[in-house]
Amino acid sequence: MTKRRALIIGGSAGSLDVLLKVLPELNPNVQFPIIVVVHRKQGMDSLLTDLLSYRTVLKVKEAEEKEPILNGNIYIAPSDYHLLIERDFTFSLDYSEKVNYSRPSIDVTFQSAAEAYHDGLVCLLLSGSNADGVNGLITNNLFGGISLAQEPSSAQVSYMPEQAILRTNVNILKIEEMPAYINSIS
Amino acid sequence: MPYSGAISDEQTEILINDVLEHHGYDFTGYSRASLKRRISRLYNLDKHLSFAEFRYKTLNDAVYFKHFVEGITVNVTEMFRDPSFYKVLREHILPSLNTYPFIRIWLAGCSTGEEVYSMAILLEELNLLNKSLIYATDINPSVLEKAGQGMFPLSQMKSYSENYIAAGGKRDFSSYYSANYSLAKFDPDLKNKMIFSTHNLVSDHSFNEFQLILCRNVLIYFDRSLQFNVLQLFDQSLENLCYLALGSKETIEFSPISSRYKRVGTEKIWRKTST
Ligand SMILES: C[S@@+](CC[C@H](N)C(=O)[O-])C[C@H]1O[C@@H](n2cnc3c(N)ncnc32)[C@H](O)[C@@H]1O
Repeated sequence: MTKRRALIIGGSAGSLDVLLKVLPELNPNVQFPIIVVVHRKQGMDSLLTDLLSYRTVLKVKEAEEKEPILNGNIYIAPSDYHLLIERDFTFSLDYSEKVNYSRPSIDVTFQSAAEAYHDGLVCLLLSGSNADGVNGLITNNLFGGISLAQEPSSAQVSYMPEQAILRTNVNILKIEEMPAYINSIS
Repeated sequence: MPYSGAISDEQTEILINDVLEHHGYDFTGYSRASLKRRISRLYNLDKHLSFAEFRYKTLNDAVYFKHFVEGITVNVTEMFRDPSFYKVLREHILPSLNTYPFIRIWLAGCSTGEEVYSMAILLEELNLLNKSLIYATDINPSVLEKAGQGMFPLSQMKSYSENYIAAGGKRDFSSYYSANYSLAKFDPDLKNKMIFSTHNLVSDHSFNEFQLILCRNVLIYFDRSLQFNVLQLFDQSLENLCYLALGSKETIEFSPISSRYKRVGTEKIWRKTST
């Protein structure tokens, strides 16, 4: 069986700009799903989905509970729920305690995705002012996935990628390098 | 805690099985990713030395088992969560129920009661509380005990008050509670029309007929087939032309009951249109 692949992008303060730059450059035939988990204010869900839709020909939609995860779609984690991935590659939502003061928490999605995708998973952590996502990258590495972090000097808020670099093994990418890297995932 | 997978998939299944066979609680239809995360979290929090110890206590220690159920169910809740939803209840749904001589409301999965008090406040302001009865149920007896006390953290009141106003509330929210150290104790009059009782949506039956059923942020924890069973239970418990409301990310679409329901507006509220 060929391995299932997925790319998950996590970010907080300063990550939206990166997404807006990277998404337009993505290959329209990507053969894996892209799942985006960004911290933001409650109630801005459709706004973010619309905003990102304008920047890519790929289908952008909010992740819905029990929805099968399809290649070539960009899924946005809804605000105020944790987003988890089931073994049958469907989404689950969870309204449990915040993790790292965050819901959705990047750690929660990275960790549950690592358990589902194993070495097929690629996790990218962008700009942000807390360390949510770093534990998830550690788990991802444990399962043989690939962990990436935005180059801190290119980040509006460097703390999040810096923590990733300090605490685990990651490949470091500048914003301009991200599209080519993502397009080469196969 | 770098990794939540202290418990493996196989161990999760073993526990689910044990709990079903020895305690009669059926978690087999729960979504695994979240359930496993809760079980792993509990295992870490309680600092078990081995899975064998965790399993033994869950099986044999009644006090620990109670704690287990509390720990693996998610009890997070708020007052007037999703204000736009409560606004529709206030402006459309509840006033339309005024034609009934008596209004029975079922809040399934009510957790610690924040939703129940929000509902009672709406009914009170619409002058409907006197002829209403709110049945508030949950699988977890400990949260119901809390709900019955009607005391919520004072630190939350600012945010609840904002929700209340956004949901169309016109009064001074603080008139509904008195501050008691770090707690806000809600007006006991609101409680007169509440009945708290344990009810397991997986295994317990319909127990009355209602004009409004609310079950929010519970179905997300169930797999599709369990969701369908529970929706059928709600269907059996709902009078024709009355309303079913779910959480903001939940739906009756795709379910066998959907053909008999019509969505009301943009909130997750459906009206039963035939039996
Ligand atoms: C996240 S809370 C939702 C609280 C509230 N309805 C809200 O939306 O804010 C989920 C609740 O569902 C309850 N629950 C879980 N499984 C249940 C079952 N099988 N039967 C009844 N209640 C259940 C849990 O104990 C918990 O209190």
